Amino acid sequence: MDDVVAPVALEAVRRRGPERLPGEPRAVGYLFVAPAFLIYAAFTLVPLLHAVNLSFFEWDGLTPGTFVGLRNYAAFFTDPLIRSSYGHTLVLIVFFSFLPITIGLLLAASLSRIRIRGLTFFRTILFVPVIITNVVVAVTWAWIYAPDGPLNAFLRAIGLGHVARAWLGDFTWALPSVGLVGTWGEFGFCMILFIAGIMKIPASLYEAARVDGAGPVREFLAVTLPGLRHELTVALVLTVIDALSTFDLVYVMTSGGPGTATSVPAFQVYSRAFLTNQVGSAAAIGITLMLIVFAVTFGITRLMERGEG
Amino acid sequence: MTGISRRQVVANYAILIAFSAIAIYPIAGVILASLYPRGTNPSGFSLPPSWNFGNLATAWTEGQFGMYVRSSVIVATVVVIVSTVLSILGGYALGTMRFRGATTVFYLFLLGMIIPFEAIVVPLYYDLRALRMIDTYWALILPEISGSVAFGVFWMRAFFLSAPRSLIEAARIDGASSWHILWRVLVPLGRPAILTLVVLTFAGSWNEFFLPLVMTTDPKYITVPQGLSLFSGRYTTDTPLLAAGAVIVMLPVLVVYVFTQREFIRGMLSGALKG
Repeated sequence: MDDVVAPVALEAVRRRGPERLPGEPRAVGYLFVAPAFLIYAAFTLVPLLHAVNLSFFEWDGLTPGTFVGLRNYAAFFTDPLIRSSYGHTLVLIVFFSFLPITIGLLLAASLSRIRIRGLTFFRTILFVPVIITNVVVAVTWAWIYAPDGPLNAFLRAIGLGHVARAWLGDFTWALPSVGLVGTWGEFGFCMILFIAGIMKIPASLYEAARVDGAGPVREFLAVTLPGLRHELTVALVLTVIDALSTFDLVYVMTSGGPGTATSVPAFQVYSRAFLTNQVGSAAAIGITLMLIVFAVTFGITRLMERGEG
Repeated sequence: MTGISRRQVVANYAILIAFSAIAIYPIAGVILASLYPRGTNPSGFSLPPSWNFGNLATAWTEGQFGMYVRSSVIVATVVVIVSTVLSILGGYALGTMRFRGATTVFYLFLLGMIIPFEAIVVPLYYDLRALRMIDTYWALILPEISGSVAFGVFWMRAFFLSAPRSLIEAARIDGASSWHILWRVLVPLGRPAILTLVVLTFAGSWNEFFLPLVMTTDPKYITVPQGLSLFSGRYTTDTPLLAAGAVIVMLPVLVVYVFTQREFIRGMLSGALKG
């Protein structure tokens, strides 16, 4: 509808005398940005404020709520289930962030020393895990991890049959198993991000390093790593955010189980708000999670860009 | 490129091939599994004894995927069109015009790119319920547009900032309105950037899981990912059929990806870098 109204409205604004700054109309800008901003405000910013408000109440979703101040936030320290959910997130960060970045970095660095034929082809393949629907990924890996699935079949075939188990039903192994799916999902993205970054590093820097007799390790530390500072920041921020807000994988693969062994904050938001009627607590966990995401984003960016120059 | 032995080159390719295999194995494995006879247990390492393409048809009817695909297509189409147009308009304003509050608006959009959905899902449900929108397409479409314009505006703004100023000046001197300059001069120029945005928005909408999970209970409005989640609960023991369901769900995105992988990858990389 905005499409129909806008041209007319815009024409009216435009006719109101000569513009003050050639090439820089002013008031028209509001009309152009308004549709996007209004829908964004109505369905993101307003619910966000509403969430902050909800988080101060104890509410079952039906009867009038009770104001409880910061008690829902204090639960972050006292409720063992919330604490263990955030604890699980720390484990997931290792799998979603540190492992893929390390793998991606090592691969990209080793590839940087040669000219690769068919890079587009490899890039297309390596990027596939990034684009596949999470639910498909979850269903696929649940099959791989199944008691009679390919992983156990493989272990039995190479004589490690005693290691085989129901991976997702195991209290110790369920969380790392979910984490490893994250590693699979992120490493290609990190690697391609780093390869693109390395291509932007001037070849003269590498030549200079080689003239100075630098081996692969020195070259990596002196040229590649500093040159990838920006890409590393981006990869860290994005993968840590992914780890913090994991939901689809956990919901489909384990529903937080066995017991609460794979429960994560996002899953607590879902189950408290929509299964066990603790709406205020769910809102508080959501807001806490957002504040952590903000802190992590700004923290990593500050830390990584500080030493620049 | 001196000082690099043939052995190093071979080793590099070996590493590259090994990791490509890891990346593609689960997907290839599930596609192969979907072609096994129903009720068998695919090993995951061999070709099916016979090629049972019929599983796809069976999964399609038994899993009601026709209905889910219909919902997903309706939602994704509306979201992609509306959100792309709004992003172009918003990005145009923030990229080429100066007005009071523009910076604030820009930062608010930036914030939207990192607000996790978990933070707003709870009140969103109660707000939409109050508006009587639960179990309608609106409950999916409106929040998805809201979620995608943040990145969209940001992305299009970057394009408009990079568009040659002289072109805009010239068109203005010819007496073109800002509306005309946008659609006749800049949008044709920005086709690659817009295509990237369309592809990313489509993938985001097609893959969305948490939102539909919360907003829809009526099977009529359930989208494909949740459909697969329900299907997997019913057919845990029939791997080939379950795999066929997974193939149905991943196929559209995979096809779009194969044909637009350049835009896809460029979009995800540069979108990430500019963020």
